[in-house]
Amino acid sequence: MTSSWIVSGTQVGDLFVRDGVFVDSEPADAQRIDATGLIALPGLVDLHTHLREPGREDAETVETGSRAAALGGYTAVCAMANTDPVADTAGVVEQVWRLGKDAGLVDVQPIGAVTVGLAGERLAELGAMATSAADVRVFSDDGHCVHDPVLMRRALEYVKAFDGVIAQHAEEPRLTAGAQMNEGDTSARLGLAGWPAVAEEAIIARDVLLAGHVNSRLHICHVSTAGSVELIRWAKSKGWRVTAEVTPHHLLLTDELVGSYDPVFKVNPPLRTEADVLALREGLRDGTIDIVATDHAPHTVEDKECEWAYARPGMVGLETALSIVVEAMAGTDDIWGRVTDWMSVTPARIAGLSQQGQGLRPGAPANLTLFDPSLTWTPGPSELMSRSHNTPYAGRELSGRVVATFLRGEPTVLDGKAQK
Amino acid sequence: MIDHLLSASDLDRETATLVLDTAGEMAAVSGREVKKLPTLRGRTVVNLFYEDSTRTRISFEAAAKRLSADVINFAAKGSSVSKGESLKDTALTLQAMGADAVVIRHSASGAAHRLSGWIDGSVVNAGDGTHEHPTQALLDAYTMRSRLGRLEGLRVALVGDVLHSRVARSNVWLLNTLGAEVTLVAPPTLLPVGVENWPVQVSYDLDAVLPKLDVVMMLRVQRERMSASFFPSVREYSRRYGLDVVRMGLLPEHAIVMHPGPMIRGMEISPEVADSARSTIVEQVANGVSVRMAVLYLMLGGIA
Repeated sequence: MTSSWIVSGTQVGDLFVRDGVFVDSEPADAQRIDATGLIALPGLVDLHTHLREPGREDAETVETGSRAAALGGYTAVCAMANTDPVADTAGVVEQVWRLGKDAGLVDVQPIGAVTVGLAGERLAELGAMATSAADVRVFSDDGHCVHDPVLMRRALEYVKAFDGVIAQHAEEPRLTAGAQMNEGDTSARLGLAGWPAVAEEAIIARDVLLAGHVNSRLHICHVSTAGSVELIRWAKSKGWRVTAEVTPHHLLLTDELVGSYDPVFKVNPPLRTEADVLALREGLRDGTIDIVATDHAPHTVEDKECEWAYARPGMVGLETALSIVVEAMAGTDDIWGRVTDWMSVTPARIAGLSQQGQGLRPGAPANLTLFDPSLTWTPGPSELMSRSHNTPYAGRELSGRVVATFLRGEPTVLDGKAQK
Repeated sequence: MIDHLLSASDLDRETATLVLDTAGEMAAVSGREVKKLPTLRGRTVVNLFYEDSTRTRISFEAAAKRLSADVINFAAKGSSVSKGESLKDTALTLQAMGADAVVIRHSASGAAHRLSGWIDGSVVNAGDGTHEHPTQALLDAYTMRSRLGRLEGLRVALVGDVLHSRVARSNVWLLNTLGAEVTLVAPPTLLPVGVENWPVQVSYDLDAVLPKLDVVMMLRVQRERMSASFFPSVREYSRRYGLDVVRMGLLPEHAIVMHPGPMIRGMEISPEVADSARSTIVEQVANGVSVRMAVLYLMLGGIA
């Protein structure tokens, strides 16, 4: 890496980049970016991304997902394990990691499955994945809950050997059999089987107790209910090593949108009520919820343009996340400092990514996102670079957009355009 | 009239009453020797049935044919659908073939809503999953009005598996619109979450409700519910929520007994009750044709 940059006029002052790191003096022969009016953030880190490769390259590949991530201001994404084949061996996680290197747009950090084939029956070779080239630290059966309490306990204990963390998709499967949306007034009216809040809360309650019991690291994926926030707050008050994430869509959208039966709003866990949305925002503000993660879940048109019950759950989110978080969390004190913690520093720490989330200080890797809060844009097929376009924000005007992203001093996005 | 009939809540009081009044005129046609009107000549109605329902399909077919429409029956079984064709592609095919109205029965809630977004013609929801069955509610209301002379202030109980019943949902919205008072009677396991926000009374005690009723409508209990812990046993369900002759005796003299069919005799309703003079079960079937004629007529050929 040889390029040098001067990013002038940001809200934190001028930034200087040389040889892939931030430096404290102006480099010679540097290219200059006038960032007056732009917000400079350390490169964003997504702890929860579905890249679909291997197996569903028609929906997304590591490369297309990496490009979408860069356009959303990310410099690292953690790729969930529910691929086909499942990322439950050193071979598959190394494949994903290598594809990420080849794409070169963001650091792609594979997440390993907790159980073989996500089947919830026996532990995958967690140690082999941890010691592979991919250096896996986060393990998750996301899409499935590790619902056997003994297996969950063993997983939490086992990963202590390499400072791993179990990221749980909290969903008691017997309580959500056939579920199609949040259980409540809207599901009753629409005749769609309900996914009750207690199905998430029961697993979180159990797992925080287990994590406390064995003094292990537990991360709760995509928290969606007010009750879950309460449980995590309680667990943290005990000093247990529990972290949690919320998605941008759970911070903004409610289950009333399902009234259209448009599967673009079908997501797991489902969109909840206004009261849940407000509790999630409060939980994020007061530190109960540590981070925002996208749960970027690309699906093909065929997998979404169908009856609600047959549609796959999930929505894309990498390219819209920052705009949505800023909209949902408007009014928060020191919003940019908080966004830095929620979307860069803390997710990097949870994932053990030492080259990410280090801030904008001299000596730190020059991972940088420039966000123009004055721009407005409307996500749509021609605007989004993810291979799939299942966004609930199509046709909705969003405020603020990422205009540049740098990965270790190299621009991956400039003037809002991907550089590869 | 409305473009589509997807939910009973699509109908305001004026429109619902217009449908019922029109159904009365259509019933007169059904009583003639030549049961046919030329109203929808040249129009095409497609019966798109993804779920078996001989009764409803024949009812819609008879209704369309009595209005002289061309009728195409499309059953998903054995069709391109069983080869994996999507609902959207099927919709576009029907559109290309010039369907003026599509009557859809589907196991997925919301399928009729989805279809209405993909085609220009009118969509009639003939039952979608556990969501709604609006023409069933219309024929039920028509039957009540025929027997009892009014709907305003009528006290109606819907008894049984409300949770999974599209008939119950449609009846709740329509009867509320038309001024009837609805009570849902079921074990708590078979009532939807949030039912306290519906415009209904709720009771777990059928015997306490029966003496106050003008109409008791028994709902079908699907066989798979019986092994899924919604209630302990068929016998206990029948004892607590089945309608037998003794229990029927608690009803006021004028009250009627309804069932959308198909019924499980001996469990939901005893044979003596089903075949009694109070039962409107056969009338409901006949009225179904008249009501569906009215819906198709008003949607495709009738007055604005």
